[in-house]
Amino acid sequence: MINKVGRDIPDFLLKDGKEVYQGKNYMDGKYIQKASPRTRRYEKPQESKIAESIVKALKDCGAKSGMTFSFHHHLRDGDFVVNMVMKAAIEELGLDNLTIAATSLGSAHDPIADYIEQGKVVGIQTSGIRGRMGEVVSAGKLKTPAIIRSHGGRPRAIEGGEVHIDIAFIAAPTSDCVGNCRGIGGKSNCGSMGYAMTDAKYADHVVVITDCLVDFPNMPASVEAIDVDAVVVVDSIGNPKKIASAAARISQNPRDLMMAENVAKVIASTPYFKEGFSFQTGVGGPSLAANLFLEKYMDEREIKMGWAIGGICGPMVELLKKGKVGKVIDVQDFDLDAVNSINQTPNHFEMSASQYANPANKGAFVNKLDFVVLAALEIDTGFNVNVLTGSDGVLRGAPGGHPDTAAGSKCCIIVTPLVRGRMATVCEHVVTVTTPGDCVDVLVTDYGIAVNPLRQDLVKCLDDAGIKHVSIEELKNKAYSLVGRPEDLQWEDKVVAVLEARDGTILDVVKKIKPYSIN
Amino acid sequence: MIPRPRPERFRLRRTMMFMNAQKPGLIKDAYIYGVDSIMLDLEDAVAENQKDSARFSLYHALKTIDYGETEVIVRINGLDTPHWQEDIRVCVAGGADGIRIAKCESANDVKTVEAAVEKAEEEFGVEKGRTLLMAALESPKGILNAYEICAASERMFGVAISGGDFRKCMQTTPQRDGIDMVTARGLMLIAARAAGVQCFDTVFTNLDDNEGFIAEVMQNKAMGFDGKSLINPKQIRPVHEIFTPTEKEVIQAEKIVRAVRENAAKGLGVFTVDGKMIDIAFLPGAERTLRLARACGMYEGDLV
Amino acid sequence: MEILKPAMAGTLESSDAQVTVEPGDGKIELSLESSVMNQYGKQIKATVLETLDRLGVKSARVTMVDKGALDCTIKARVECAVFRSCGKSESGIPWGGDVR
Repeated sequence: MINKVGRDIPDFLLKDGKEVYQGKNYMDGKYIQKASPRTRRYEKPQESKIAESIVKALKDCGAKSGMTFSFHHHLRDGDFVVNMVMKAAIEELGLDNLTIAATSLGSAHDPIADYIEQGKVVGIQTSGIRGRMGEVVSAGKLKTPAIIRSHGGRPRAIEGGEVHIDIAFIAAPTSDCVGNCRGIGGKSNCGSMGYAMTDAKYADHVVVITDCLVDFPNMPASVEAIDVDAVVVVDSIGNPKKIASAAARISQNPRDLMMAENVAKVIASTPYFKEGFSFQTGVGGPSLAANLFLEKYMDEREIKMGWAIGGICGPMVELLKKGKVGKVIDVQDFDLDAVNSINQTPNHFEMSASQYANPANKGAFVNKLDFVVLAALEIDTGFNVNVLTGSDGVLRGAPGGHPDTAAGSKCCIIVTPLVRGRMATVCEHVVTVTTPGDCVDVLVTDYGIAVNPLRQDLVKCLDDAGIKHVSIEELKNKAYSLVGRPEDLQWEDKVVAVLEARDGTILDVVKKIKPYSIN
Repeated sequence: MIPRPRPERFRLRRTMMFMNAQKPGLIKDAYIYGVDSIMLDLEDAVAENQKDSARFSLYHALKTIDYGETEVIVRINGLDTPHWQEDIRVCVAGGADGIRIAKCESANDVKTVEAAVEKAEEEFGVEKGRTLLMAALESPKGILNAYEICAASERMFGVAISGGDFRKCMQTTPQRDGIDMVTARGLMLIAARAAGVQCFDTVFTNLDDNEGFIAEVMQNKAMGFDGKSLINPKQIRPVHEIFTPTEKEVIQAEKIVRAVRENAAKGLGVFTVDGKMIDIAFLPGAERTLRLARACGMYEGDLV
Repeated sequence: MEILKPAMAGTLESSDAQVTVEPGDGKIELSLESSVMNQYGKQIKATVLETLDRLGVKSARVTMVDKGALDCTIKARVECAVFRSCGKSESGIPWGGDVR
């Protein structure tokens, strides 16, 4: 069935009430039946929940083949915990038929690709998928299609019972002996633990894995002992160097800066740019650099930012410390400046993924957002964005909070160079739709700006401010005139991944790519 | 194949940005930053054993890439190298707007290049006189011969000083106040104005010293330079901002141009504008201010 | 042109291509590796073959490692490698003739 963004969704996926994407806010006002986990009572006072090993914790939690294990991705590319747990489950306990439901997965998890090839891991649910795992899934080696959800879509699916987590594994930079966890104070700090919070509340069993045991009570806790079955202490949960960079530096690349400046110009031309406005930006080169130019406009107009959300890094913390933003609410931290600031700097708070972006709760932060500045791997003439698949069709990205912030914000700006090497970023049809075009308002490239025709109000804002803009078709034509029109990718019928829209409808599917022949 | 309009000898050249002609990633779209002129470099940026390869790369860039209204100039290798003749052939065949003569020391150097350019124009069926020239003065001798160099050819549109080599010859290094090159800059400016060509300052190489860069550009403007050579796109905007006329200057220029034209129609040669005595000699300067203002997006009138 | 000795042009930097030509055995043998193979493989192959044809190269072993170069760069690298292999890359290039 063809959905609202023109993608053909195979009928076999449309069962148990699954629908195809029908447009923004389609589920508004509908009811959701929240699922509740089946959890064990610990009535008798316990001195400690420490289990001597992961295997022991797995056994205590009744781990068996066919289960779904969940993980969070706060340790990013430095994470050791996913591999550690899966190894214990598969190689030591001999489990198989397992599903990994992670908030995101990256190249740190390359070894899992082997378990997929061996058929031990049969399901993947994640926001991001990269590296070898992306390759083997793209090659059709996972038994069931991977399910890709946004950061808001995941807590929606968990709360609504679409994903049932048998055991949640919470990598914790610090924990006490009963499982109160924090993202700071240890040796592998990650700051916010926002993505772990929903898992801890909805999993049947919760196992905390830490490399820094601290005195009881570890307060204020991000994940609370009341939800935790066991605590395992290991040598190291991750590589600190890859968890958070020393400091996210603002790009000095002139192309990035030029685009960032235009992003700030666009923002300053809209009526939402006023005292108390709210803002989120990605950490990519031009997105992050927008902070710099935005500050200039804020100073000029003598206004302050009310609040900022998102993945947070140093430049935003800097603005908070300078008093130029009222509050920072933080679901994830990208550098040590942010890690060291959360819950320390006044008005720098932690929030859960659901609070951040879940479209099915009663008011996530993204819904109050004025501006979001985001990157894209590809954007097509319908303003549909792809941040999941490379232009060769292989899984190597993550929707993350992209679809959520784009849908919730009043003004969603995509900033990307027109071409990368020989790849046209602005194209006729994106390989995979990860953020639907009806959620995207403005595109800023190094070759010009385009406004979504759905937003005639913004067209007028730019015109009034004397900001030149062109149609997105013009940008696409320019891109193709530079790099040539790419050949269409050739797909097999096999679906390797299903991309859920944030509301749970099906936005797109990724199929297996056919081997390419030059002749 | 992108047809380029006939180069204009005198046009706005506030910024000329150097780019290695051998680097495809750089030259493919250097115009997006809004620089007035791009300087594709076959000389110092290209290693001795890649000169041949750089020419092939340059030729196809010139023929394929739509640089729009950005001027495209090529810096060729010095006349004391085995490369300059083939450099000229490829520039003319590719349709470069102009050629920058490196290490120019005399009118004779200009004439030598001019002859080779003319020959190449004939060889490749290019309109005679199309390819413009400019000279880089990099030695004390070049500076002392600045006037004859500037006046050596109808193709010459300007001269630039090249600070690196020049300072070495003079046994000095870049100084905060510009004292190291103040005489040379002054001599070159006088020669350029006397010959009626444009004059450009050298590059500022410390990309981290923004303050020093701004100070130097302000001094350039105060001395009367037309523009500056650049090594990084981030230097473009400060130069354009500094070279942008003030609103007061634009209003004044507008008044002068109007008054000169109206009074000329009445047969009056000398008159006053806002209490100041003005005559026809003020016209070129005022028109130049307006053209500059238009290029900077602050003048939309029809006087120029 | 006849490929007399092995020659190379270009780099492995992004947006560039490295081309090697070697004497062949009567035909053109092309081995191509590209970071954008799925989208542009056929176009790149066509550009390389056209360029060789224009230069009158009938026999060569050509290896190209492409890092997302545009067509104009691909042509420039192939031409330079061929002229180098004949020792004729330094001067007298037929700009606008066989090189265009």
